[in-house]
Amino acid sequence: MGKAKGRYHEVSIVIGSLNTHTPEGRLAEKWQNYQATVKLVSPKNKRGFEIIVVGTGLAGASAAASLGELGYKVHAFTYHDSPRRAHSIAAQGGINAAKNYQNDGDSVWRLFIDTIKGGDYRSREANVHRLAEVSLNIIDQCVAQGVPFARDYGGLLDNRSFGGAQVSRTFYARGQTGQQLLLGAYSALMRQVGQGSVTLHNRKEMLELVVHEGRAVGIVVRDLLTGEVSSHSAHAVVLATGGYSNVYFLSTNAKMCNVTAAWRAHRQGALFANPCYTQIHPTCIPQSDEFQSKLTLMSESLRNDGRIWVPQKGSDTRPPSEIPDSERDYYLEVKYPAFGNLVPRDVASRNAKSVVDEGRGIGERANGVYLDFTDAIAAQGEAAIADKYGNLFDIYERITGENPYKSPMRIYPATHYTMGGLWVDYELMSNLPGLFVLGEANFSDHGANRLGASALMQGLADGYFVLPSTIGPWLAQMLGESKLPADHEVFETTETAVAQRTQRWLNINGTRSVDYFHRELGKLVWDNVGMSRSRPGLEKALSEIPALYEEYLSDVRVLGSAQTLNQSLEKAGRVADFFELAQLMARDALEREESCGGHFREEHQTPEGEARRDDDNFAHATAWEWTGDPQKSIAHFEPLDFTEVDLAVRSYK
Amino acid sequence: MAKTISVTLRIWRQDGPNAPGEFVVYQVEDIPDDASFLEMLDILNERLIARNKEPVCFESDCREGICGTCGLMINGQAHGPQKATATCQLHMREFKDNDVIVVEPWRAESFPVIKDLTVDRSAMDEIIKVGGYISVNTGAAPDANLIPIPHQTSSAAFDAAACIGCGACVAACPNSAAQLFCSAKVQHLNLLPQGQAERWERAEAMVEKMEEFFGSCTNHGECEEACPKEISIDFIAWTNRDYVKSKLKRRIGP
Repeated sequence: MGKAKGRYHEVSIVIGSLNTHTPEGRLAEKWQNYQATVKLVSPKNKRGFEIIVVGTGLAGASAAASLGELGYKVHAFTYHDSPRRAHSIAAQGGINAAKNYQNDGDSVWRLFIDTIKGGDYRSREANVHRLAEVSLNIIDQCVAQGVPFARDYGGLLDNRSFGGAQVSRTFYARGQTGQQLLLGAYSALMRQVGQGSVTLHNRKEMLELVVHEGRAVGIVVRDLLTGEVSSHSAHAVVLATGGYSNVYFLSTNAKMCNVTAAWRAHRQGALFANPCYTQIHPTCIPQSDEFQSKLTLMSESLRNDGRIWVPQKGSDTRPPSEIPDSERDYYLEVKYPAFGNLVPRDVASRNAKSVVDEGRGIGERANGVYLDFTDAIAAQGEAAIADKYGNLFDIYERITGENPYKSPMRIYPATHYTMGGLWVDYELMSNLPGLFVLGEANFSDHGANRLGASALMQGLADGYFVLPSTIGPWLAQMLGESKLPADHEVFETTETAVAQRTQRWLNINGTRSVDYFHRELGKLVWDNVGMSRSRPGLEKALSEIPALYEEYLSDVRVLGSAQTLNQSLEKAGRVADFFELAQLMARDALEREESCGGHFREEHQTPEGEARRDDDNFAHATAWEWTGDPQKSIAHFEPLDFTEVDLAVRSYK
Repeated sequence: MAKTISVTLRIWRQDGPNAPGEFVVYQVEDIPDDASFLEMLDILNERLIARNKEPVCFESDCREGICGTCGLMINGQAHGPQKATATCQLHMREFKDNDVIVVEPWRAESFPVIKDLTVDRSAMDEIIKVGGYISVNTGAAPDANLIPIPHQTSSAAFDAAACIGCGACVAACPNSAAQLFCSAKVQHLNLLPQGQAERWERAEAMVEKMEEFFGSCTNHGECEEACPKEISIDFIAWTNRDYVKSKLKRRIGP
């Protein structure tokens, strides 16, 4: 196998000069120009290329299916029993697209601007514009696949307005938009599996990226049922492995979500960008007891009709129905008259935290705020509310034992999504040639804060429409080259290392469970690198996490064997990677001396308590290079040039 | 403070696919009744690990009742006693202090046990592979509003599409039939205008693939009772109709 040729080989690791490979031309024309001039691979030649796709959520399944349709030989990996179980399935609210079906003034430009502004001007202009452009095709594709989006009585698609938007551009499917979109992508994927272009490897967890002569050549996986460690080689590796919210232990992510695939790639040289950008979702069900390990999100679409309030005075233990309107504080409506209850997620979350910190929290543990539907039910009738939110109300009642038609919901923010991730260029390729990163696993489109209904949009944009074009030039320059054999020395060495690392957890034989350490780590990260950060807190995290990690490495207890299904063993490796990531998050948060989007530094706020950005010094993405110690990672900067957007103070007043 | 309860669990433990299994009894004290059933098992597992005993292996992921990963027979009922509720959404307030709860894996020959309460449901993916899709390559789609779909049609398709693929219908069926799962998947697509081009082939291919793996339906209706998404057995009738019609069409010619 020859060395990588062309400009890809020059991807430089020099501070300040990350090459984004953004095409020339006016913003609105970049993607068209790119597609018109990009190097193509002919149908016959496509069959000679093998591509590994790790993860089968929206981004991974849509990418694997689309690449298979194009004729590439695809290997799709998932640690689930079926691709349909990926956590994209749990997205409730909706997916944005600039269709302007509602004639309310929406356009690609407006969706682009909203997304840039929502991300607090910390995302790459060209990527975001492309996202807004392809949003149109996504809806067409999904409807053609049979995704049953909500429709009006004339049979046409319905839309609703969603957190942070003044137009109705969100397509939705009852409260299970994620499941319906994933079923669409999964069905497209299974069709390719049936036709033989995609080979599905289920219950296989990627435990290492294999890099040879500076480029990604394959992965090493562990079979979760038999423990067998095996190597897989390809011309390109695509990671679509989701976000890292579970570093907080308590989050709305599924139990198995983890950072391991991305983190192993990072340790092999892929830069990890903006790890401090994490999103706290404002509408989750508050924690009910200490044992709880998973928080449940209530779609923020509920904020369209629900009114958020707390009692005006603290420690008010009266039931909500007995608190008269004059003694309630509808704090979002008062503070942000233009957007009211629909302010973006970070703003809604911080305001909830501040009223609870003031002692005005509600519920038995005083750990929530009310989301009240009384007025909406009076105005629209119970049937209309049930039609829109029925299944969400049911979920709420099942979990809490309380009926939200009768008494207001209790909600509180929880970690939900991570905007940071592996650094990628315009073509979604990381700085490691041959490694592409899609969806939540990359850092590219949401800046410092993601708008509601934009995650599904990005995952599908990357998988259906962006990668199938942008992977072309990388493969085209490898024409005629065979992939590195999977029994090459580099694979064998990696397999041995992976097997040893797995065995190591079983040998420690300590006294405490993996979950114990994960919970302790989560508390440290939530308290110090959570919704609101300060220098002393971050420094505390940076000194306490390594100590806890040391303890973990010497005192964790993992029982059973490596040759069978062993869930504690799987988790032990994932939690170790969280320990390292958590330190990088704190380090990144400490270096970013400003407040922007989901990253709120207490030292950087206005007298009214709003985030204060510092565009002169921090209008850049920070991409970290692994050095062996997460606290000594090297920062690389990608300056964010805004050619057609004015950087404005994000105000929702 | 929330109240707590104590229960006796009889849990099926089985080391591997070919190992013999047995019920093991566990006393679990002081479980908050706000805890979910799976959180109760998490607590049990933490206590087992503390006593140097291997934790009980059960699957779950989203814990929001949508990914379909979890699924246990609880006192002989798939997903337990609460109607329209996946195991992860079942809470301990549904049980009483000192209850004895029997916990088993899904019972079905086509879902072999992997370990303890975990089973292999990959047969369901086989059904999807042969026809559970609309053949539309990426980029080939017309504008989304080109074909209006009556609210009622779209709503009926959605009721079928709500299936989370958990396999409770199979586990609850005395014949281990997968008709409810299969018909939900067939009808989601067969009801929609976009699904018409492949309607007949889809019905035949999916039904016949299903029969390779699963038992036959004899109209017990247990599947509908057990379904956490309340999928109606009407879809089975509609799928039978499509299947028979397709067979006749092919006999007569197009």
